Formats: sequence, C-alpha cells, structure tokens
Amino acid sequence: MPEQRTDHMTYLPDMEILEDSDIGEQVVARMKAYDYNKYTAADVKRALEAEYPSTEDFAALLSPAAEPFLEQMAAKATVETRKHFGNSVCLFTPLYISNYCENYCIYCGFNCHNKIRRAKLDYDGIRREMEAIAKTGMEEILILTGESRKMSDVEYIGEACRIAHEYFKNVGIEVYPMNTDEYAYVHKCGADYVTVFQETYNSDKYETLHLAGHKRIFPYRLNAQERAIRGGMRGVAFAALLGLDDFRKDAYAVGTHAYLLQRKYPHAEISFSCPRLRPIINNDKINPKDVHERQLLQVMCAYRIFMPFAGLTISTRERAGFRDNVIGMCATKISAGVSTGIGSHTEEESKGDNQFEISDDRTLDEVCAAIRNRGLQPVLNDYVYISG
Amino acid sequence: MDDKLIIAGHEFNSRFILGSGKFDLDLINAAVEHAGAEIITLALRRVNSFNGNILEHIPKGVTLLPNTSGARNAEEAVRIARLAREAGCGEFIKIEVIHDSKYLLPDNYETAKACEMLAKEGFIPMPYMYPDLYAARDMVNAGAAAVMPLAAPIGSNQGLSTKQFIRILIEEIDLPIIVDAGIGRPSQACEAMEMGASAIMANTAIATAGNIVDMAKAFRHAIIAGRTAYLAGTGRVLDKADASSPLTGFIME
Repeated sequence: MPEQRTDHMTYLPDMEILEDSDIGEQVVARMKAYDYNKYTAADVKRALEAEYPSTEDFAALLSPAAEPFLEQMAAKATVETRKHFGNSVCLFTPLYISNYCENYCIYCGFNCHNKIRRAKLDYDGIRREMEAIAKTGMEEILILTGESRKMSDVEYIGEACRIAHEYFKNVGIEVYPMNTDEYAYVHKCGADYVTVFQETYNSDKYETLHLAGHKRIFPYRLNAQERAIRGGMRGVAFAALLGLDDFRKDAYAVGTHAYLLQRKYPHAEISFSCPRLRPIINNDKINPKDVHERQLLQVMCAYRIFMPFAGLTISTRERAGFRDNVIGMCATKISAGVSTGIGSHTEEESKGDNQFEISDDRTLDEVCAAIRNRGLQPVLNDYVYISG
Repeated sequence: MDDKLIIAGHEFNSRFILGSGKFDLDLINAAVEHAGAEIITLALRRVNSFNGNILEHIPKGVTLLPNTSGARNAEEAVRIARLAREAGCGEFIKIEVIHDSKYLLPDNYETAKACEMLAKEGFIPMPYMYPDLYAARDMVNAGAAAVMPLAAPIGSNQGLSTKQFIRILIEEIDLPIIVDAGIGRPSQACEAMEMGASAIMANTAIATAGNIVDMAKAFRHAIIAGRTAYLAGTGRVLDKADASSPLTGFIME
C-alpha cells in the first residue's frame, strides 16, 4: 500500500550523504529544464560541426530534430571513435554471482516479488566460474549481484573481487550503490570500475517503479558514481534504462551527469551503457517515446559526439547484427561469452534464474572474429591495476 | 651518411618511433618493416595480453619503449615502470602521466617528478610532455634522456599545433626533441623534422590509414626528407620578392 512506502527522497540511516556536492541536484534540474522540442535542424547542424560540443549541442543531438540526421551523426561518431580509440574494441564478460534482491523494481526479473530460483555462489563457486571464464581467454570481468546487502554484503563482494583479481587483469562491479568507504574497500580488493544504472532520472517516475528496498532511495543511487570516485575507483559508468520514462530526457540526464562529474573529477574515466526496454511490436498505438534501434543509435551517437573520449558499452540485450555495426562507430566495449544465470559457466543447469534474456550468446572467439571481420582489433586488456 | 639518433648513448638509424596502442599485433611487423621503425612504444597495460607475450611479437633489432599510460601521478608512473622492467621491457621508459580523461594532456609537474624518481632507479626516462620550456628544463635536470613534446592533443591528428613552442625546445634543449602525439600526416612529420626535431612518434595517423603499410612507408620518406632538409640547411625563403637589382639603385647622390 502506497502510504506505507518509504519516502524515496529521504536517505536511510546507513546511507552516506554527500553534503558538499550538488551534482545530483544539478543533473535533475538541467534535465527538467531540457525541452527537446525547441531544437531545430540548424541546431543539429551546428552541433555536428562543433569541435568541442557543448551541453546545448548534446541537447540538440538528442532531440527529435536530429532524427533525420542519424546518418550524419553516425559518420561523425565513427570519426570521433577512430580518433580517440583507433581500431580498438575492448571485451569483457559479466558474471552474476548472486541474484538475491531486496528491491521491488516492477520491470526487473530479479525483483523480490518474482518467484524465481535464487542462488548465491560461495567462494569456491565464484572461483570455479572465474576459472572457466578465464580459460576462454577473457581478461576483464564485471561482477554483478542482485541488490541485496543482506545476501551479498560488502565483504562478500570484496572477496569476489580478490578472487577475480587472481584470474583477470581488469575487475569491475555492478552491484548496489555503496558508501565511499565501502567503495574504497572494494577498490583495495581489486576492483577499479563501478557501474550503476540510475534507471530513470525522473524521480517521480522512479518512485512508481521502485516500490521497496534500498534502491527506492533516489538520491543515494544518484550520487553513487561520485562516492565511487572519492573511494578511489578509476572509472565510473552511467546509464538510464531507456524506455522506462522519456528516453530523450533520461539520456540527456545521463550525459549531463557524466559531464558534470568529469569536470569536477577530471581524472575519472567515464563510460556509458545503453540498456533499453524494447518496445512491444505490433502495438497499435505507436508511442513516440518508444526506443527502437533507430532511437537507441541516436542516443549512442549523441553520447559519442558529446564525450568522444568516453567508453561506451553495447548491451548483450541487443542482437548481434546491431552490436557488430555499432562497434567502431560509437561503442568501444562489447561483452562476449555472456550468461546471466548463476553458476551457468560451469554447471550444466544454472542454479539461479536469469535477470533478462540475452540476444547475443556468442563466445569470446566468435565475437573476436566478428570484430576482426570489421577491420577492428579485439583488445582483451588495456589497463593496469595499481594498488594503494 | 652517418646521422644517428642517439638517446642515452644508444644509437638508432631510424628517426621514426612507432606507437603501438592502436595496432593489431599482426600489423606491427609490417609497419616496422615499411616504416623502418627501430623503436616501438608499448603500453605496459597492453603487455602480456591474450595472444601470449607481446614481447615475442616485437621484431629483432627493435627497441621497446614501454610507457606508463594509466598513471595519474608520479608514484603510479614509477610503479608501472617497475612492472615494465620486471616484464623484461628493459630500461627505456616513456613517462606518461595523465589525469584528465577528456583531453589526455600530460601533467608536466608530475611528469618531471616521475623523471627524477625513475632516473634515480636507473631507468632511461623519456617524458611525454606539453611543450613548456621550464618544464622541459626541469625534466632535463631530473635526468630525462630525451624530451617528447606533443604536437597536438593525442589522437587528434591535428598536426603541429604547438609548432612555435616545440621550436623553442629545439633551440634551447640539448637533448633529442621527439615530437609525439597529434601528427596526422606525413607532411606534418616532415615539417617537424625540417625545423630540427630529432624524431617523430606516430600511431593513430598510421593505425587509422586506409592502407597501413603504404602510410607507414609515406611516414618513413617524409621523416627522411625533413631530416635531410634540416641537415642541408634550408635556403632562404623570403616573404616578398627579392629584386635582382637594388631597389635603391636610382639614387644619384
């Protein structure tokens, strides 16, 4: 019942508040002020010509006025990607170590009201999975959990990072948001990259989608990247789940968030992910806010042109044909050998159910071959962990 | 012609240094062969990746110049340099200290500090830097073996944007000045060599060329042409017409 729900804007007692930062508020304020209908073809052309695109240029590139310019955006994005990343395409694999979740996010397969098989790998299980993945040649891993502090506490995640550090050169985490000291701890354990998806930057919408759990607290999630950077993490990744709310506004917020944090912490490595809710095909009412491949590509190219130096990961939710075409154009990182179940790299049948259906189940070798076929270079590692 | 590039007592015939950051290993051999590179830079963070040890892919007779990319301050650069030495990359180290993820400009202050720390540990430091005379002097005093000013922001292919400042370094610094980053075309490499740069380092310009082998060759020739012109001493290039008889010859008294 709604009246029993916690206020989604009020921090829970154990949540760190960044009193000295207003970046989260700024992002939300700028997003609210963003009126994408005011941009014209002339604005888009100017944005495409800009040597250092401004936030206004970014706003134009995300607007409906830019839709007819998708081809030009793709061309510009390709040039920028070439300049900043050459022909390199980085590879990684996500590993789900636990799917227990204490949140109630109505769109997510892991949510605590869904009767799915729950599982959590013990340390031996984590080691076995990682060993199996490392054997394929993979050098970068992204450790994921469902968001439950009870079932996968910071110590558990830290230990998973320690084990990962033995098998992989690059370790990232995509887990629940943490406090600065917890990020510092996990960093010491070997992780250097933190991904947190804000899902939507519209707090009113956010509140209706995240009905319970820590995740319900909007501002705590919003400031996760800043806490991670302060905790010593080298890089942070941003995303909205496009299609939950108005995707243009959310994408604008994602870019603005990254932009403001990079200005404040110029050393931080920035990257974007672009998950989307697929539109339901054959819906008789076509929703202008649906994110079809065309809109998704517009967002990805806008990110690339706005922040040409930032990493951009292409989701496994997309089909191989889409993924193969966006690498070298705007995406710089692609997953391979993906399984979103728990224990599925070593067990014939995974212990826990998947978070979502993946659309590209190719192995590392297959993805590497696809990269080479496009005249690009698969890069398994471009990073060195420096402790302390 | 006995015109060698000498860095810390090591002699090189080629004045082209190949960056490998954006290369497929398979292409390195071809580029080395056709560009005549004798020095290849290599990010330590890329050493030992996947297809076995990258060191095994480096052709014989080529000197490896590992770089400290990924370092955000002097201390991190030192740690990475030590890892490079442990990996068998030798004593040469190209210092890259960057803590701006947008422009990737080198931090001269931290770079000079790293130079000093690494020279004390017996490395041969070659700092990548923003062409600033004072910083270059600091790096020389700290034990640098060469100075590597950027021509333009890395990867930008914008050519010799910092030309006038590099010229000052060439005038004032007694060590080799190696122009690094931003060179997009052979003509720009030629221009830098013509004004007295000791060597050119390029990567993106070749890695992103339509035909890598041909572009590698073009760079080789451009660098040789520029160097030859520099040694020949460029002729007078006047801004205005040079009258063959005196303009003031009409004066009678």
